[in-house]
Amino acid sequence: MIAAITTNSWWLIILAWVITGVVLAWYAVATIRRGRRLSRQVPPESRRWL
Amino acid sequence: MTESVPAPPAVGPTSTSSRGTRVLGAVCLVGLAVTGLYAFVVTGPDVRLGNSVRIMYVHVPTVTAAYCLMIANAGFSIYTLWKKSTFADLAAHACAEVGVVMLGLTLVVGAIWGRMTWGAFWVWDARLTTTALLFLMYVGYLAVRGLPAPPRVRATRSAIVGIAAACLIPVVHKSVEWWASLHQNETVLGKVNPNIEGNQYFTLMLSMVVFALVAVWLTIHRFRVLWLTEQLDEVGVDAAIDERRAEHTGVEVGR
Repeated sequence: MIAAITTNSWWLIILAWVITGVVLAWYAVATIRRGRRLSRQVPPESRRWL
Repeated sequence: MTESVPAPPAVGPTSTSSRGTRVLGAVCLVGLAVTGLYAFVVTGPDVRLGNSVRIMYVHVPTVTAAYCLMIANAGFSIYTLWKKSTFADLAAHACAEVGVVMLGLTLVVGAIWGRMTWGAFWVWDARLTTTALLFLMYVGYLAVRGLPAPPRVRATRSAIVGIAAACLIPVVHKSVEWWASLHQNETVLGKVNPNIEGNQYFTLMLSMVVFALVAVWLTIHRFRVLWLTEQLDEVGVDAAIDERRAEHTGVEVGR
């Protein structure tokens, strides 16, 4: 029963991976872009990373 | 004789990246590619779950990363209450936000797995319901952080909410044992029969390590964004104080 369902549901497997990839990529890009924008406004001595 | 050239003025980084995060980011990208290769090419379908086992290589790592981030949030929250540390407060915020993203993905990907295995995207099962509740508690935590309040008050309020929310994690984890549940038992610790092994086990472990690294990378960047925001707020407050002082001095000179 399970095997029968999964054989015909590759699109659901792909969908799960695509959603994960897109969400993580979107969040990463949004965070980095926001960091770049803020870095331009903050004095250099306040943005020193290890 | 050469004239010594003065060193250029020190300039801070123009983004939240550093050498360490760039290396970590590259490792994450390679790791994700290798995980995808193992999940779709190297490993075969499971004897019981069929091809839906390939969703487990995303579902289990995201929930594990979310748990770890939420426990880290609780740790930083305790430290915030104890030491009144801004660093810990911002770290707690970063952990919670990335944790919410990871747990949100767990719920969505889990729903897809449920559709394939149980025939429904959602059932009011103990594991699913408690996980949804945990997700909502951390959304609430982020909402509390967004409420207008002085930084110290905001830090205290959110730390209390963070610690309270973390108390639900053991309940979520044990829900499959405490209540009759459709959700399968612990996969990694060998409570599923037959046990996961071979390439499937390796792929699951690999994906857990890779997603943990992705979570760390995201949390570092998010922490730095929060740090910059905090610095910007301080610069704004300082500028406002200077402006007020200048106005005051101007009035006195005018007299």
